[in-house]
Amino acid sequence: MAAAVRVAARHGRSFVARGSGTGLAGGATPVGDPLVIVTTHLTRILEVNAEEQYAWVEPGVLNLDLSRAVHHLGLHYAPDPSSQQACTIGGNVATNAGGPHCLASGVTAMHVLAVEVVLGDGSVTMLGGLEPDQAGYDLRGCFVGSEGTMGIATRIAVRLLPDPPAVRTLLLDFTSIEAAAATVSGIIAEGIVPAALEMMDAEITRAVEDFVGAGYPRDAAAVLLVELDGLPAGVAAQVDAVRRVGTEHDARTVRVAADDAERALLWKGRKSAFGAIARIAPDYYLHDAVVPRTRLVDVLRSVYEIADQYHLTMMNVFHAGDGNLHPLIVFDQREPGIWERVHAAGDAILRTCVDAGGVLSGEHGIGLEKREAMPLVFSADDLDAQARVRDAFDPSGRANPQKILPRGSRCGEMQRVPEGAWV
Amino acid sequence: MTASPVLDRLDELRSTVAAADAVVPVGARTHWEVGNPTTPGVEVRAPGGIVAYDPAELTVTAGAGIAVGELAAVLGEAGQECPLDPRTPEATVGGVLATGLSGPRRLRYGPMRDRALEVRFVTADGRLVKGGGPTVKNVTGYDIPRLLVGSMGTIGVLVQVTLRCQPRARFAHWFTTSSDPFEARRRMFRPSCIAWDGATTHVLLEGHPDDVGAEARAAGLETEGGAPAWPEGAHRGRISVRPSRLPDLAPALDGIDGVRWLAEVGVGTVHVTADDPAGLVAAREAASAHDGWLLREAGAPGVDGYGGPLPNLAVLERIRAAFDPTGKLSPGRLPGAASSTR
Repeated sequence: MAAAVRVAARHGRSFVARGSGTGLAGGATPVGDPLVIVTTHLTRILEVNAEEQYAWVEPGVLNLDLSRAVHHLGLHYAPDPSSQQACTIGGNVATNAGGPHCLASGVTAMHVLAVEVVLGDGSVTMLGGLEPDQAGYDLRGCFVGSEGTMGIATRIAVRLLPDPPAVRTLLLDFTSIEAAAATVSGIIAEGIVPAALEMMDAEITRAVEDFVGAGYPRDAAAVLLVELDGLPAGVAAQVDAVRRVGTEHDARTVRVAADDAERALLWKGRKSAFGAIARIAPDYYLHDAVVPRTRLVDVLRSVYEIADQYHLTMMNVFHAGDGNLHPLIVFDQREPGIWERVHAAGDAILRTCVDAGGVLSGEHGIGLEKREAMPLVFSADDLDAQARVRDAFDPSGRANPQKILPRGSRCGEMQRVPEGAWV
Repeated sequence: MTASPVLDRLDELRSTVAAADAVVPVGARTHWEVGNPTTPGVEVRAPGGIVAYDPAELTVTAGAGIAVGELAAVLGEAGQECPLDPRTPEATVGGVLATGLSGPRRLRYGPMRDRALEVRFVTADGRLVKGGGPTVKNVTGYDIPRLLVGSMGTIGVLVQVTLRCQPRARFAHWFTTSSDPFEARRRMFRPSCIAWDGATTHVLLEGHPDDVGAEARAAGLETEGGAPAWPEGAHRGRISVRPSRLPDLAPALDGIDGVRWLAEVGVGTVHVTADDPAGLVAAREAASAHDGWLLREAGAPGVDGYGGPLPNLAVLERIRAAFDPTGKLSPGRLPGAASSTR
């Protein structure tokens, strides 16, 4: 890969690393005439150290393959984006990927110990390390989530976590989305941070149930999927507390999965959400934004109003525990003028989230998609500071240019992106 | 956007920073000697105080000048905490973030750098800049907060931070054992700290009382003994080494006269004190022989803070120069070209 970057440099070309291409913000979408460096054949797990609980992997290793490979050691890799069957660890590092289990375990940045990277000039260096601290700035932390704009990861050391001795999964259903959201706040107020805390609204619950038959109530206004893990007594106490909080907020039913098979079924519903919507319309546009947990209800209400205003079908399936919304617009792109409405609604949703004190992305990244929205949350001075960090990492400016930072901060980066290229 | 009494009273600080030739951010001076000493400059202090705290968000925003103890008291009233855990609660939040020294519960709760969600800092030319965002999950732009944690006041003057909090465990107890700490660790799910001095191991378990009891029994821990005494002494440092190297490093440290140490098993941090600077230097050499390094935390005047060039110095220097072209922020703190030009 270093050689490829040097070739790009020799020919004055920019370069873009690309894993499985599952990213939803267009971070790996080539713009202009870059050298595209594909990592999908770099699939070796180089080392697994059960004692020290880490693994060295090549960037093309699929997220789920890593957890499968260490399962027999009682370990797992915590970040679990919905695309985990297809997405690569290298891509996860680039986007600082999340997933349902990041509520308690944290996003990718908390699980990357070290990254060997090729910088824009073709030199190779190690950021971070297996010792707990490195002298100087946390360049490893800075690199994670930089969407390929600071270089390309060639080897990654990730932290592996021990599998929890006890895991319980609960499904609660509600007759109003407000009650479900109040239950989320109530669970946190009890001093519980679940392993995962997912919400699905009426539309998506019905779609999923019709698709996989996981036993979700088809007439629910909202369902919560709550996973609690840890040591047995603590988990049992938390199950009781979640049941009580749910009941206090008028949950119609609180279903506790009896065994692993039932747990898997409940999760299958959640993880099949994007497959299920294919039965409703051929296309979807998935958004990603985070709002303060306490603003969930207000923001959701606004999101539904925006859908009505633009005559769009909107569904919500999201990481409620950390306020990470994923409004999902389903449509048929053959309908004339639909893209304009989808984009306009998306912009309105983003503005609503930012107005509520939120941010532009919780786990997908900025890429091309949200580049121009960055000034909604950052001042010119804030963006200038980010540009300085990026340029310090890559003075050549050849590492995946035109991503993350909005146009206008540099000359000659105006390029047309094909409509919907990254969707 | 939450109104911030911290950001509203920064005009003087900003103009001071912009005008001065050398600026040294100061907290409570509890971490003053960490790293290399600065050359003299205009001392500036960040405001303190809580800016926003809603326990339901599991985040808190405060002026960087707030004492960790004051913050802990506020969080404690809501049954929450932010496990920064400096040696003394007088330390300021800005100071502990700037030095980036993680507390002893890192084994379970992760390093200091995972705590800062949003930072506001004053740049060398007096601008007020925000990095990160206030929510627990966020990938909007570059991770400036992580860059600031451990930057030793060389990128900007931290003035306000948003930190990730957590519910405090229902029950916590320090146990002891004289058996192998590495074997004990294998028998526990998520201990908060395993502190080992070569003879006795102190283990902190937190959680449901029944689970804590069961874990302690499984690992053969004794309930008596209490918390470990963190090594005290005039000449102090912390070693960072791969956790698997601790069993080999321990006898090397034991062989140095006047050196006492306490290791965080599973983490790889070793807290070291020495009776004289030469002892600390010898401990540094032992660390180096085991592919680790020692950061001077206090005392040992004249001994280099880091013991060698910083890794990735070229990138680091470019970042520093991008924020502080004249090298006026905490001059001398970090070794490197920029600091030696002044």
